Amino acid sequence: MSLKRYKREASALGAYLILLLVMALIAPAFFNPGNLRDLAMNNAAVMLIAIGMTLVILTGEIDISVGSQFAVCTVAAGWFAKAGMPVLLVLPLVIVTGSLLGGVGGALVGRLRMPSIVVTLALMVAWRDGLRWITEGAWVQNLPADFQWFGFEQSDGQFLIIAVTLIVLLVSAWALQNLNAGRAIYAVGSDAEAARLAGIEKRSVVFAVFVLMGALVGLAAALNAARFSIVPSNGGMGLELKAIAAVVVGGTAITGGRGTLLGTVIGVALLGTIGTALTFAGINPFWEKSIQGAIILVALMSEVALRPFDRWRKNHVNPANHVNPVKLFFTGFTG
Amino acid sequence: MLLRAIDISKSYDGVDALESATFELRAGEVHALVGENGAGKTTLIKIISGAVVADGGSLELDGVLISENSPGRAKSLGITAIYQEPALFAELTVAENIAFGVDNQSLWRRVDWTKRRHRASELLAEVGARIDVDAEAGELTMPQQQLVEIARAIGAKSRILIMDEPTASLSREETENLYRVINKLREQGVGIIYITHRLEELSVIADRVTVLRDGQVVGTYEMAQTNRQELIRLMVGRELSTIFPKRKVERGEVALELRGVSNRATGLTNVDLSVHRGEIVGLAGLVGAGRTELARIIFGLDHADGGEIRLHGKAVRINTPADAINCGIAYVPEDRRRQGVILQMPVSANITLASLRQLKSLGGFDFQLEKQIAGDYVQRFAIKTPSVFSPVSTLSGGNQQKVALSRWLATKPSVLILDEPTQGIDVGAKAEIHSLIGDLASEGMAILMISSDLPEILGMSDRIAVMHAGTIVGTVDRADATQQQIIALALGGRSQAAA
Repeated sequence: MSLKRYKREASALGAYLILLLVMALIAPAFFNPGNLRDLAMNNAAVMLIAIGMTLVILTGEIDISVGSQFAVCTVAAGWFAKAGMPVLLVLPLVIVTGSLLGGVGGALVGRLRMPSIVVTLALMVAWRDGLRWITEGAWVQNLPADFQWFGFEQSDGQFLIIAVTLIVLLVSAWALQNLNAGRAIYAVGSDAEAARLAGIEKRSVVFAVFVLMGALVGLAAALNAARFSIVPSNGGMGLELKAIAAVVVGGTAITGGRGTLLGTVIGVALLGTIGTALTFAGINPFWEKSIQGAIILVALMSEVALRPFDRWRKNHVNPANHVNPVKLFFTGFTG
Repeated sequence: MLLRAIDISKSYDGVDALESATFELRAGEVHALVGENGAGKTTLIKIISGAVVADGGSLELDGVLISENSPGRAKSLGITAIYQEPALFAELTVAENIAFGVDNQSLWRRVDWTKRRHRASELLAEVGARIDVDAEAGELTMPQQQLVEIARAIGAKSRILIMDEPTASLSREETENLYRVINKLREQGVGIIYITHRLEELSVIADRVTVLRDGQVVGTYEMAQTNRQELIRLMVGRELSTIFPKRKVERGEVALELRGVSNRATGLTNVDLSVHRGEIVGLAGLVGAGRTELARIIFGLDHADGGEIRLHGKAVRINTPADAINCGIAYVPEDRRRQGVILQMPVSANITLASLRQLKSLGGFDFQLEKQIAGDYVQRFAIKTPSVFSPVSTLSGGNQQKVALSRWLATKPSVLILDEPTQGIDVGAKAEIHSLIGDLASEGMAILMISSDLPEILGMSDRIAVMHAGTIVGTVDRADATQQQIIALALGGRSQAAA
């Protein structure tokens, strides 16, 4: 595989390496193990959700309801734990809960062909306000002691969360490149009609990807809930934007069909590191959001800047053929 | 019999594309489909390949009914199609694009990248293409994309292979290579459906030929027992004079004049053209010869980088469509549904869209006047619509085209450019639009009519300008124009000797 195909990922990686280099020069303390572990812990949930979001965006759709799904799954995790279920049961149940939530969006977008931005906007509001109505805003408290850190020591629990995240990441990245199912995601996002003619229905792929997205949200919520002794009912605020931003910064085309999970990892790392880096560099952390916004814009601008060039190439590699020359305007009169 | 398509019917927006067409394919034959544009060839093969669902009729493979045909089902039955427009994934590599047609696609199967690339190079070598299998398909040229499609179809090891103008953009060498591959497949017992516009190909490659005309099958013939002249007669099958009542109009002074207009990006070079008041100039040429590109420049959608445009004897600068409208130029575009009308908007708003300025009033927008103007056009052109407030989407294609035309006449133009004014319109509405165009010319309008419908060009035009490869290669007067002459010009000499 040539490097040229990964120029978007490469430029994001370049930006991240520059950030790390600057930190190494001005604030080496940034690299102490405790800080790196905190960074990893704080970004594990975003990472898991950004994996799902990459798949959703690759199909050419979007899911902005993941933050609300996250809140529902978090409370569900608390309830299941409080009901006395063992951790080994809570985890799969929360994942199923997430899959169901994702499936609702997947059915509306995939099966009924409604626009995903509107469907998931509606679901975003519906899940969150439905949750507020049911919980009346109350947090889940008095969780059994063995729920936090899954009953392990804190350090072991943290290790587990990071390990699970890494395994999911590696498996998804491998499957996306090396299973037909993964290639089908690229195909429908690249050209839905060409995919249909090749026997791949976009609606089925989109449904499956939304369900998977929900399952990942469930996993992220369950892992995240275990970090604290109480469970909030308003979790996951703005999580959808963090995930989408990371995917876009990682070089995935918002129109679908192009992008990799490698890029998404870099996007999560870059955006997730900025805030802490600012603190270590002695800059007012209020700048964090502005800088993140600027990074997203730069990423999108490079996408737009590359586009006319691509089109030019397509039309001018062989100037004699930039139009289909012999599609005759009448039939059969030629000789 | 390998495949039998029985009594297939299909209509789009009330216009019949196919009317109970019956077609049979034997194993080990190359069966050509010929007919004019819009005769129904592509619709027929898309129904066979499952890309389009028929309204009526049935398909049988080995005498067994194919129920619920779809692209996936057709593929699993061994039916593969190459369409006119390459259906490749622009962001994916060539190897991967080929794999989508060839490989086992069960979802949890692992992709063997090495084998995939290897197989892709083999198939590309077989069709004689030198293409990097790791290149992105979107970066390939049109002929390269065509070759990738062919390689993919051959790799699918189908029982039925459908090719819609596979040689359209291929070089002579690549074409001969393709014939060799087709002959090999024929010997292996594959049934091949071959659509072409080049009749000279038929004697080389086809065993039988089926002629389609206006959505109906005229007949199926053994290639050995027919010839080019007879096929042409079967395809056209109508007299020109009965369809196009041409009125004699006194030609006025020059309204639109182009002097050396060029545009490098679209390949237009040194176009000279004049259209007089009261004159209909037909602009003929192959698709891609630059006709629409020229119209877009006159209308300010693209910009000339050389030459000048003169209106009524004065040079004008046209930078935007708004400039063009102010100069009295109107352009009815080719793609009616996407560019000609706004489907969801009512007839009235569609008609006044290009001339909103005249609807300004003290109270803001003059709805009364809008209704009145729209009503006038509906009456004048006999637009069949429940009311002027019905959305245009509820109208038939012919009536939609009349709405598009009304919009531009409401700007009171002196120069009217029509791009494929009757494409995809049924015969009755076509005649009405033709007589309308005649009326406009007799009122003194200068009309430039782009058309791929040769009888229409010959029947309607006072003069015919023929484009080839971005320039006008000849202008023919109505009295002297023959089909052969225009075809020869449109082909730009390449096939001139044979025509």
